[in-house]
Amino acid sequence: MADTITATHISGHADHHDVDYLHDGKGLKSWLTTVDHKRIGVMYLWSILFMFFLGGVFAMLIRLELLTPKQTIMSAETYNKVFTLHGAIMVFLFIIPSVPAALANFVLPLMLGAKDVAFPKLNLFSWYIYMAGAFIAIAAMVTGGVDTGWTFYTPYSTTTDGSVALMTFAAFVLGFSSILTGVNFVATIHNLRAPGMGWFDMPLFCWGIYSTALIQVLATPVLAITLLLLIMERTFGIGIFDPKLGGDPVLFQHFFWFYSHPAVYIMILPGMAIISEIIPTFSQKTIFGYRAIAFSSVAIALVSFIVWGHHMFTSGQSQLASAIFSFITFFVAVPSAIKTFNWIVTMYKGSVAFNAPMLYALSFLLLFGIGGLTGIFLGAVSVDIHLHDTYFVVAHFHYVMMGSTVIAFLGGLHYWWPKMFGRMYNESAARVSCALVFIGFNTTFLPQFVLGSRGMPRRYYNYLPEFQFLHQLSTVGSWILGLGFLIMAGYLFASLRKKMDAPANPWHSRTLEWQTASPPITHNFHEIPTIGGGPYDYYRPVGKGRNA
Amino acid sequence: MSSHSHEVAEHRFRQHHFVTADQQLDTSKTGMWLFLATEILMFGGLFVGYGLMQGVYPEAWVAGHHHLDRVLGAVNTVFLLCSSFSMVMAVHYASTDQKSKTVMNLGITLAFAFAFLAIKYIEYSHKFHEGLLPGRYFRLAEVGGPPQQAMFFGFYFMMTGIHGFHVLIGIILIAWLMVRANRGDFSSAYYTPVDLIGLYWHLVDLIWIYLFPLLYLIS
Repeated sequence: MADTITATHISGHADHHDVDYLHDGKGLKSWLTTVDHKRIGVMYLWSILFMFFLGGVFAMLIRLELLTPKQTIMSAETYNKVFTLHGAIMVFLFIIPSVPAALANFVLPLMLGAKDVAFPKLNLFSWYIYMAGAFIAIAAMVTGGVDTGWTFYTPYSTTTDGSVALMTFAAFVLGFSSILTGVNFVATIHNLRAPGMGWFDMPLFCWGIYSTALIQVLATPVLAITLLLLIMERTFGIGIFDPKLGGDPVLFQHFFWFYSHPAVYIMILPGMAIISEIIPTFSQKTIFGYRAIAFSSVAIALVSFIVWGHHMFTSGQSQLASAIFSFITFFVAVPSAIKTFNWIVTMYKGSVAFNAPMLYALSFLLLFGIGGLTGIFLGAVSVDIHLHDTYFVVAHFHYVMMGSTVIAFLGGLHYWWPKMFGRMYNESAARVSCALVFIGFNTTFLPQFVLGSRGMPRRYYNYLPEFQFLHQLSTVGSWILGLGFLIMAGYLFASLRKKMDAPANPWHSRTLEWQTASPPITHNFHEIPTIGGGPYDYYRPVGKGRNA
Repeated sequence: MSSHSHEVAEHRFRQHHFVTADQQLDTSKTGMWLFLATEILMFGGLFVGYGLMQGVYPEAWVAGHHHLDRVLGAVNTVFLLCSSFSMVMAVHYASTDQKSKTVMNLGITLAFAFAFLAIKYIEYSHKFHEGLLPGRYFRLAEVGGPPQQAMFFGFYFMMTGIHGFHVLIGIILIAWLMVRANRGDFSSAYYTPVDLIGLYWHLVDLIWIYLFPLLYLIS
């Protein structure tokens, strides 16, 4: 191994200059033709943030409409389209690519001590596929919209008007982008770790992304074929999912959730992966239970494939199947709890610093606790029969999708922002914004647990007058949340106008991405780093041992 | 082959982010196998849907499959099996620096692939002519028998259509390999594209080997 390192070392110096990746090449063309994982990650970042904004606007419109029990600002038909677009945009265009394609694309090769991902051109190609999918989705919105809900349940989706086929095709295309990212990351982690870096020397973020990528590779093709069948069903009336033609609508639900339940873990595992980085860094302490956290990620990925039936307890599937799915669903709680306890214990007797990323990590622990535990309510068949399709479900998955994944994403964004753009943001503003997001989120979604347990069905346009107070509370919460995001956009953009001022390692982290300049040079490291010791050896004096 | 030409091949085709050519080869193989896994899962979804619906409407499936031409299906199976053999030989010759034999075997593979599509074209035009079309375009009055044959033909066209699309992609890739092989890009030091596209081609063949009995040999 030693001589191969020297060889790269020399050739690396022969043809390369030390410009940071942001200034290596100017103009739009240099970005659109780049194969640098860092630039592609940044392009993904702006794309998904735009989609997050769009989905967020739809969310605010939903909450505004629900301010009064009858019509407030839009018709019932428009309302159906607005909540569908909110869901479809947030799931397919924002959350699924958020951490893997944007943040991990940037950070993963750096953490592994690699120069790039395994297939750089494929990486760029997957961004173009993503953009194509985004444009098709926007075309579907403009040409009639979709009112099926993001799940496209048959036979409604095969018979309703609007651009269902186009929106489905958008999700189909976006799936390929996700598959290619997954393939790329699995190959990167298998083959591009720095010399001497064993599997258990990787930062835990890589384990989380590895598990995510496995699900992306193995589950997404099933969604692809399901959506293709749905398009064929609409175009040719094949009848596989339409009971009028002898088909089985529950089969669609099986197909759909066989992908979409694992997809839920495509969304949460990267969030957990970020938390595993933030907590040891801001506690300056070795992570507790490294292997337990690593294996629990893989365990969640595996279990994710055999629990899809818990979405269908009221669909008429067999009682036996429901009982088995319910039982397996409870198993998800075990690896999730293992992670949570390990994160908490990591902070014990550490020197905890409450910077913005850490505040997000702590918010995550609370909100994921609530989101995870209410999942057990819904996993129990007898309770789910009452709570199915109520606001309780809406509140539950928002605590997991937004309260956990998005909060972790924001934590990661604040954590790696100095690395990505070489600039520090205003820390006080970031803390205020984090507090507003936390308060706003809980004000929006805690009342929805109460609404749901009292029988408020999800996706309804009108509601009984006695629900009005809780609905209004929820709407006010969405405004606080919106204010928090507005402040965040303000100080993040403001930081980009400054001169580059971020030190290479502002948080005193020990993982490899912090051992190179902020922002990194195009080839990431001047020489390929050699590894000795673990990624969280905070007990070693700085400058000794790993990454000295 | 001399160690000098080895170095030249390494230098020409090793991308900057790999330390060694071996690492690049391993990485490419990992990527290809993962991609093949996605293909299997995608077709797996179709097979499951097909099997479940066959369980619900066995008579329609039997009646539908009588309209398929077993002889043409069998000939196509033989064609693809032969093409897999010539593909293996192409990989073998590429890895042993025998350029003209590599090109020739790729050409044979290509010929079998075209023959497969030609027969598929004949089969499809017969079906169109007889009204054996998917879903609401199925002309039940002309054909007769159980109405769910419309669903059977929906599956038939989707499964063979997606498979045919893969054959088409394979043709493009093999033609590209021929150009490169003819140019002398491949040697015992570097023949990764031949190896990987070979893997892809075997999968396309393998899927047909499952499709043939599933669709043509039901009763």
